[in-house]
Amino acid sequence: MDSRIDFYPTHEHSGYKLRPGKPYPFGASLVPGGINFSIFSRHATSCTLVLFEKHASKPLVEIPFPHSFRIGNVYSMVVFDLDCENIEYGYRMDGPNDPANGHRFDNSKILLDPYAKAIGGRDIWGKTPDWNEVFQYRGRLVFEDFDWEDDHALETPIEDLVIYEAHVRSFTRHPSSKVKFPGTYAALVEKIPYLKQLGINCIELMPVYEFDEFENSRPNPSTGEMLYNYWGYSTVGFFAPKSGYAATGKFGMQVDELKNMVKHLHKNGIEVMLDVVFNHTAEGNEKGPTISFRGVDNSTYYMLTPEGYYFNFSGCGNTLNCNNPIVRNMVLDCLRYWASEYHIDGFRFDLAAILGRDPRGAPLPNPPLLETLAFDPVLGKCKLIAEAWDAGGLNMLGSFPAYGRWAEWNGKFRDHVRKFLRGDKGMVGKMGQRVQGSPDLYDRNGRGPTASINFVTCHDGFTLYDLFSYNGKHNEVNCENNRDGSNDNFSWNCGHEGDSESSEVRWLRHKLVKNAAVLLIISQGVPMMLMGDEIGRTQKGNNNTYCHDSDLNWMDWSLVEKNTDLLRFFRNMIAFRRAHPVLRSPTHFQNRDYVGSGVADITWHGVQKWNADWSNESRILAFMLDGRHAKGGAAKDNTIYVAVNSYWESLSFSLPDPPSGKKWHLFANTGVEYPGDICIPGMEIPLQNQNDFLVGPRSAIILLAR
Amino acid sequence: MNIETKLQDGITVILMHGEIDGKTAPEAQEKLLPIVAAHKTVVMDMGNVTFMSSAGLRMMLLLYRHATAGNGKVALVGLSEQIQDTMTATGFLDFFVVSGNVQEAVASLKVS
Repeated sequence: MDSRIDFYPTHEHSGYKLRPGKPYPFGASLVPGGINFSIFSRHATSCTLVLFEKHASKPLVEIPFPHSFRIGNVYSMVVFDLDCENIEYGYRMDGPNDPANGHRFDNSKILLDPYAKAIGGRDIWGKTPDWNEVFQYRGRLVFEDFDWEDDHALETPIEDLVIYEAHVRSFTRHPSSKVKFPGTYAALVEKIPYLKQLGINCIELMPVYEFDEFENSRPNPSTGEMLYNYWGYSTVGFFAPKSGYAATGKFGMQVDELKNMVKHLHKNGIEVMLDVVFNHTAEGNEKGPTISFRGVDNSTYYMLTPEGYYFNFSGCGNTLNCNNPIVRNMVLDCLRYWASEYHIDGFRFDLAAILGRDPRGAPLPNPPLLETLAFDPVLGKCKLIAEAWDAGGLNMLGSFPAYGRWAEWNGKFRDHVRKFLRGDKGMVGKMGQRVQGSPDLYDRNGRGPTASINFVTCHDGFTLYDLFSYNGKHNEVNCENNRDGSNDNFSWNCGHEGDSESSEVRWLRHKLVKNAAVLLIISQGVPMMLMGDEIGRTQKGNNNTYCHDSDLNWMDWSLVEKNTDLLRFFRNMIAFRRAHPVLRSPTHFQNRDYVGSGVADITWHGVQKWNADWSNESRILAFMLDGRHAKGGAAKDNTIYVAVNSYWESLSFSLPDPPSGKKWHLFANTGVEYPGDICIPGMEIPLQNQNDFLVGPRSAIILLAR
Repeated sequence: MNIETKLQDGITVILMHGEIDGKTAPEAQEKLLPIVAAHKTVVMDMGNVTFMSSAGLRMMLLLYRHATAGNGKVALVGLSEQIQDTMTATGFLDFFVVSGNVQEAVASLKVS
């Protein structure tokens, strides 16, 4: 092999041996004897490769791309005999500085490669950077030889998922987590037994692409506490994992550590989904720093106004130009890379409505990017989930172009469950849709209930405990005069704002948390829960904790003991869902009997059986799922009856007959104190009275026919 | 990087000294591969290894692959806490037998 002549240099610069590179793949790739560097720029007039020794302030060498090394709009070059572990690289681009025409070239800046697979400069979380350094975010080489053995994306049917949304650092940073390296990928591996016991089978990670926690960091003027870009919804490099989340980041081994985490989660049956932020970058608007895209080819990568300013559909200063073919290919390359190189099971797209806009910002009827991703062969088994709105007012809930692939975060599920549980009137009809997987939104174009990612809480907004502990948001510590964060929380403080000593208030809150768990887990579609909701995690009423590296975000593991009733309730609910296919239909109910069981797949009830009260004043929801219709009649399951009483007094419900020869058994009753509130699935208790059930105030019951 | 070998109860023990990184790994690999090829099962005494980079970890995994291709095994002893933590976090440790000392390592390799 090494007799191939293209393994040998043809050119030289300052003692460095070179030859013309290959334009594909973009980025820096290891090739025999050297490294192939390749970067696109349509409007640059020349390009220079800048090499550094790791951590060095001054470049090792700057190598201009010879004219003959450019093919079309791509500069590519092989540099031989580099120690790939000790090299960091960037580029200088020459070109017009003409903002009115979209160009902002500045050859004084050393630019990060948009395709950098690892990034140095923020190796250790929270280590204050030296802003005088000329090169802040430094491209690095990675070995792409991780030994996955037999690992493979799990490809769990989406209707069988229970998603757990978590932040890598928050999950184990709290001292109570008792892990060796708090806040890291490695620590998350230590907590896999907890996740398995909880029963979730998919963890959705808030951003793990390299970001700068020091972006826009500032001290709180009254407390001195540092506020960070903590959540990380501001990407520096789309191909590189966050180094500060790796215990081995200081050695540059974050790539291996993250892969090892995925491998261990897969071994335990847990899928890994990434929250990806392709709507904007960390460069902000024209006042922001030049890190990469702005200096590589501003008018390609960003949506610009006719005057050359940045459109701000993201609310973060700029908008990635996703439906430009170059940018579209970058997003595709990126997701293919994560799916193939990291074995990622699925992606959740932040503010995904932006991905459906054209370069001038207008919504497209058939957005090429969304279609490309849906039909891509490498992504063919990945879950694709959209946050189907953006900060520019485009809300595509229920109408996101799906191509048979895309699911959506169902914001209506969140809002309607919240309103129903706090006792709002006029919600019962809407809840009838939500528990069926929102056919009003998704029974078009054959999407089905699995298009609906159901959630009551997520990182944006209150935790579940705070939802029932605060009437209003309390974001003062964010230092934005409590203006940030949503005002539409549909929350209720159970009579006292914030922590309460009252055992009655505590009892009510726990009951409402459990009611939310019932509706979330029992509904058709795909349930997603927020990290810590199973143990009553609080953010002290803050509904937008994006900037806090503190116990406002960190999961307090002592709550496992303190709120053991909640944890047990969640565990058993999840186990119940996973035991019963009738709760996980891949298709919408038909509200009719199509298997000859004598009852419809779903039937609606009230305080009187067979007589649902859909009126405006009603606050009760009761339905029966016929087990013989499970999975469209393909699976045999028990019949399940659910009644939720959101009224503030007890109500007696007359029960529909169970299938002949069966008796109703009680699985859960949130109106009863721990440990009588829920059973272990399979250990349900037969009811003495098979005809009526007194459901307590603001309580839910689940019955099983056996 | 310095490498010595000795025999203990019929098993080859390789004593490693110094740092294993992108600069030293290729040389170490050149010396170690023939030893592993000849003896299949080896104990690597890492007590005097002060640092191991990503390239060092890959060199170790390559040795493991060569050993197992000949139905052999690689046991590691004397890992510093830092190297052991790094190998755990990155998954490389999963491939090796880890023992407290050379004697234990030799005994465990003989049993298996």
